[in-house]
Amino acid sequence: MTHSPSPLDPEGLRRGEREPDVEPEAELLRTLAPQVLGSVVRRFGDFASAEDAVQEALLAAAMQWPEQGVPQHPRAWLIQVASRRMTDHVRREIARRRRETVVFEERQHDLAPAADRDAATAHDDTLILLFMCAHPALSEHAAIALTLRAVGGLTTGEIASAFLVPESTMAQRISRAKQAIRKSGVPFSLPGEAEREQRLTAVLHILYLIFSEGYVSSAGALLTRADLATEAIRLARAVHQLLPQHAEVAGLLALMLLTDARRDARTGEQGELIPLAEQDRTRWHRGAIDEGLALISATLSRGAVGPYQLQAAIAALHDEAARAEDTDWPQILALYGLLERMTPNPMITLNRAIAAAMVEGPAAGLALVDPLDTDTRLGGHYRLDAVRGHLYEMAGDLETARRHYLAAAGKTASIPERNYLTTKAATVGERIAGG
Amino acid sequence: MKFMMMMHAPRAGWEEAGIGTWPPADIRAHIAFMLRFNEQLRESGELVDAQGLALPQEARIVRAAPQSGEPIVTDGPFAESKEFLAGYWIVDVESVGRVHQIAARVSAAPGKGGVPMSIPIEIRQVMSKPPEEL
Repeated sequence: MTHSPSPLDPEGLRRGEREPDVEPEAELLRTLAPQVLGSVVRRFGDFASAEDAVQEALLAAAMQWPEQGVPQHPRAWLIQVASRRMTDHVRREIARRRRETVVFEERQHDLAPAADRDAATAHDDTLILLFMCAHPALSEHAAIALTLRAVGGLTTGEIASAFLVPESTMAQRISRAKQAIRKSGVPFSLPGEAEREQRLTAVLHILYLIFSEGYVSSAGALLTRADLATEAIRLARAVHQLLPQHAEVAGLLALMLLTDARRDARTGEQGELIPLAEQDRTRWHRGAIDEGLALISATLSRGAVGPYQLQAAIAALHDEAARAEDTDWPQILALYGLLERMTPNPMITLNRAIAAAMVEGPAAGLALVDPLDTDTRLGGHYRLDAVRGHLYEMAGDLETARRHYLAAAGKTASIPERNYLTTKAATVGERIAGG
Repeated sequence: MKFMMMMHAPRAGWEEAGIGTWPPADIRAHIAFMLRFNEQLRESGELVDAQGLALPQEARIVRAAPQSGEPIVTDGPFAESKEFLAGYWIVDVESVGRVHQIAARVSAAPGKGGVPMSIPIEIRQVMSKPPEEL
């Protein structure tokens, strides 16, 4: 027995279905979450406690609205409930510290009109929160968790189950993230012009990480954790609505849509990985592809090309091919060339090698791969062996291909990937035995 | 009572005689068996956790340096060992007899040619809080 026990998670088995439509109340709540939080933070100035208060208000709404109906002004309702919690919190604090009650009473005057913010401020608040959650003082882990909770309106339990960690662990991660924000003393306002572009890059990176965590789990059994990908798309869409002219924001949203469109075709009945060339393309989601294509072509025609747009353009070329053999590989090769010049990275080189092999033959691909042996950034990553296996198989050197597939299978930390690579090795082995 | 079931795999097998040398159909049958096994444990309400581990070539041993406490990382001393831990389950069952049954079932996972493999499964009880005082 040399194979893993493959203890796949239940979600892995249920994959393949599109997630059911989210209830309208839940959808509304999640959209309002960052706006309500922004408003409460403005009043009370305490991000950490305000975030807890808003979570409680969201929970109260989730319990009450389905039964009692959605209030006429849902945002005002949530702000009021959250503010009441904040007031309780402040009152408890004051009692505890035996402080003057004057401060609290002064604050109460601010509470009266609940729906005091116009739409523009609510939108700014969503952006401010995103910037805050992607603050450089936070680790990526912390930034991801806090973004999902503060901006995405997910509960700690939901985030914990998406990342397969205990809820108490996730609660602690979020609370430490909030402490880090408090310590860093970031004001609740948009960063200045000079800093904004750089901070936006960090925000997009966090959204991209949430998406890829959902799309290919870096470790463990699940190939796709659909909810995280869906959530990342929802957040990217929100940022795109706030900054419709920003090309990389549009590029990231397009990339997510064009990649996620293939989600159902990417896994077989037993959660096994199906490579692009073998996917049933009729199972791709046409709606997502059309939206992504429209978005990326409108964006590319405006100039100022960035890495997300290039990756979206590559995804678009795959999605546009009705059959694998119709894929416009020369164009993909050219785009990977551009991408590599813009952001040199061995993973991009590996992808360019596959494109080069498709255009100029496997020898051209292998020539690009060889220098990567000494690239410390790749550090013996399984993808290097996997790509070599593929290229040697193309070249007809089955023995070498089999060896590389097995080596890759031995290194990957993903069970579906290991199952796929082991089966590839066995299939090549069978061809060797059969002559 | 909770038990950890550890699945040990022969180290020698992986690259030369192991699953990579099976016909693809046998590999698929093995994977399908494992999936079904986990699904059944979940349905019976006995599964607490199950994880597969990456292969041992990436395993490292970490020790604290005597003075500084800094990590000293070495390749596992396991290179010579005959078996490695491939993965584990934690199950919550009503009796020792039940965990024996469960372990025997996964031990009989189909191998090359569909022949049951008799994989060794190590059973260890998970420690719990002390009993209530009467």
